[in-house]
Amino acid sequence: MPTDARATYRPLVELTLARFREFVREPEALFWTFLFPIIMSIAMAIAFPAGGGQTVRVGVTAGAESHALRQALAGVKDVVVREIPADAQLRALRNGEVHLIVAAGSPPTYRFDPMREESRLARLVVDNALKRAAGRTEPWHAKEDLIQIPGSRYVDWLIPGIISLSIMNNGLWSIGFMTVQARLRKLLKRLAASPMRRRDFLMAPVIARLAFLGPEVAAPLVFGALAFGMPIRGSIISISVVAIAGALMWGALGLLMGSRARTFEAASGLMNLMSVPMWVLSGVFFSASNFPDAVQPFIQALPLTALVDAMRGVVLEGATLASLWNELAILLTWTIVPFAIALKIFKWR
Amino acid sequence: MSDVEFAVRCQNLQKRYGDVVAVDGLSFEVRRGECYGLLGPNGAGKTTTIEILEGLLAPDGGEVEVLGRRWKTDEGQLRQRLGVQLQETQFTDKLTVEETLRLFRSFYNRGKTIDELLGLVELESKRGSWVVKLSGGQKQRLSIACALAGDPDLLFLDEPTTGLDPQSRRQLWNILKRFREAGGTVLLTTHYMDEAETVCDRVAIVDHGRVIAEDTPKGLIASLGAPRVVVHQGTLEDVFMAHTGRHLREE
Repeated sequence: MPTDARATYRPLVELTLARFREFVREPEALFWTFLFPIIMSIAMAIAFPAGGGQTVRVGVTAGAESHALRQALAGVKDVVVREIPADAQLRALRNGEVHLIVAAGSPPTYRFDPMREESRLARLVVDNALKRAAGRTEPWHAKEDLIQIPGSRYVDWLIPGIISLSIMNNGLWSIGFMTVQARLRKLLKRLAASPMRRRDFLMAPVIARLAFLGPEVAAPLVFGALAFGMPIRGSIISISVVAIAGALMWGALGLLMGSRARTFEAASGLMNLMSVPMWVLSGVFFSASNFPDAVQPFIQALPLTALVDAMRGVVLEGATLASLWNELAILLTWTIVPFAIALKIFKWR
Repeated sequence: MSDVEFAVRCQNLQKRYGDVVAVDGLSFEVRRGECYGLLGPNGAGKTTTIEILEGLLAPDGGEVEVLGRRWKTDEGQLRQRLGVQLQETQFTDKLTVEETLRLFRSFYNRGKTIDELLGLVELESKRGSWVVKLSGGQKQRLSIACALAGDPDLLFLDEPTTGLDPQSRRQLWNILKRFREAGGTVLLTTHYMDEAETVCDRVAIVDHGRVIAEDTPKGLIASLGAPRVVVHQGTLEDVFMAHTGRHLREE
């Protein structure tokens, strides 16, 4: 039989290409990979406007007895007054429609939930305005020096977090699901019957992921820079290193989650179990320092926390890779250990 | 490993799943260059047997030798020399025929070119088609082409023509014929009588995890005795009936 010894075929290249092709030929997957971070950023930017002061929404009754109140508050900067019937006031407060209810009287009554930050702010603003209207004389007026530093606003802080979140989602779900699908279709078993090196098979999807990482990270960064003037202080190299380290890590974790699951339900259960707590704990939407000191070591060791911190470090502060060695070491550990375990426990049939 | 007399030897093979005995002391030998068939109804233990021989399952007991080697010590070398087609493998939908073949070819140190493989299974015209667009027969030929990618000495086929139309089955038999003319050995399982009669040199009838009869298809039919042959052309179906009292395709 004629044989073909000259042509060189490289299994890792072919396996990686196969994964790459499989992905680009799935239009929906592509769409979500690139649009998810941008949609998230826009949504968050609308919900938490970066510039301008927050408005304070105050509820009062419509009757004549609160006429003086309404007059006193009219025209006060950043205060919006709404007339709300007495029986609907508590509900309006609960829904966040208004931050504070003011009942006329001498002195007036403030009704609010002290646990809500915006309600405490409303109380201060309204109290100040009413006392001034009642004739309080001010000892002095402070000079105000208003500054807005790009890079310290919520939206700036948020975008690197969203990028980290999308690296997590895309790595975990695409690799986990493709693995389960190949098992369900008995393709894994067929591959195991060939001389393919098993390590190559597991490395291929993780490497293929890197092909999409560029646009996936660049799109929200460019969007943030153009739409919000977010500063990008780190070098392209250090941002790339952090993104690649993150993508490899979530690839390895995706493999681990898909290493034994026989159904999509089982795999998504595992992946949700792993990722949902990190949405809350890892400081993507609000600082992880809100959690008690006792759990901080645990939170800091989570893969998403390390990625979010490193990403914010390079993007917002221009941190050097050397100064992020702690986060990078955590990322590397969460790459090597899950990959080794996946290789060990992987079910091929 | 190409000069051993037997391509496959298995002795007293045992495999159980919980309380169910799938393979119960099965023994047979496949000579080099022959096409050997395991014939039996669903659940007879054919697939379990062939998967043990392919090194995908570990037997609970018994001896297995493939191309003169053992799975425990020579897995890497053995895989290079075997071609395997499994039941129910679904290749990636959105890869083309050529891409799928290149992928499988890349696993082998030596083997055929993509063009040769496409020619062997007559899929040249489907080279650029996605797998999902292929007919059942074409998918099965692709599966055989993947099994032939490393130019194997021994080909394992597990029910290669189940569910195919008559024309596709004949096409597949022709591929097997060409493979054997080039010196290849084949071990296949089937529950089709005509397939065993057409392509196999020797057949083992398997039932309840044991070999209940083994011979050439002609020899098996002849063993039914003269009177029957006079009445009508005996077939393997009759052989199976004579040995088990059941029809082959009862489940």
